Amino acid sequence: MTVLSSENLILASEDDVMLARRKVRLLAETLGFDPFATAAITTATSELCRNVCVHAVKGTARLEQIGSGGRTGIRLEVRDEGPGIPDIDRVLSAGQRSVGSLGLGLSGSRRLADEFRIETIVGRGTVVTVVKWKRPT
Amino acid sequence: MSAHGSIPVLRIGSTLLASIQVELRDTIADAFQEDILQTIAKTGATGLVIDITGLEMVDSYVGRVLTNTGRMATLMGTHAVVVGMRPVVAATLVRMGFRMEGVLTALNVDAGLALVSELIARRHGAGR
Repeated sequence: MTVLSSENLILASEDDVMLARRKVRLLAETLGFDPFATAAITTATSELCRNVCVHAVKGTARLEQIGSGGRTGIRLEVRDEGPGIPDIDRVLSAGQRSVGSLGLGLSGSRRLADEFRIETIVGRGTVVTVVKWKRPT
Repeated sequence: MSAHGSIPVLRIGSTLLASIQVELRDTIADAFQEDILQTIAKTGATGLVIDITGLEMVDSYVGRVLTNTGRMATLMGTHAVVVGMRPVVAATLVRMGFRMEGVLTALNVDAGLALVSELIARRHGAGR
């Protein structure tokens, strides 16, 4: 897999969340993602970046254009040094009612992305990575 | 007519029509919810149509604000309908597992206004 472009973003306020999702939308549109894939990665970005601002106060995101075997994709890595998420399996598997905004943001992002990875250490922080591939035309 | 941020709320007969035309900031979404409920109380509106045609993206936060606003209006006794959801928005919300429970939806403003009128007429009919 090759990283074709990379940009770092600060996540500390609602404005930063809005900027992040605008950048992701612009990148997806520029790369020729279809509208459904564009909405999926933009919405996942919003969920993950908002989670940082709400639950961890601040963090960073790295937005990348990636390529692999002729495919083009967007990778977003969202990192914070917040409280971490105990019992992450339960949070990811539970429905909207039982886990609140954090759970839906994470489980929803996982469903919207093609690839999803989360690493979390209680007391240290959380890193979530999502990838969305452009559908072959 | 009142406006919060840039969300105009129009009165059509006894129905309020709120048209969200810009990307919703969290703070504006919260203020919108309060504003619309206050306006219902002040005007005695029996119907509420929230038009989200302008929203390119609805994440779980905005989805929750819209759903809750509709449910709160319903609790107050107003028939609330969310209209104009774009195909990509509907697809995204369903794919991520978001349930817009407890609020009615319609295809567009016309359909929403018609649904509200029908619900108001039905309530009056049932009361006779």
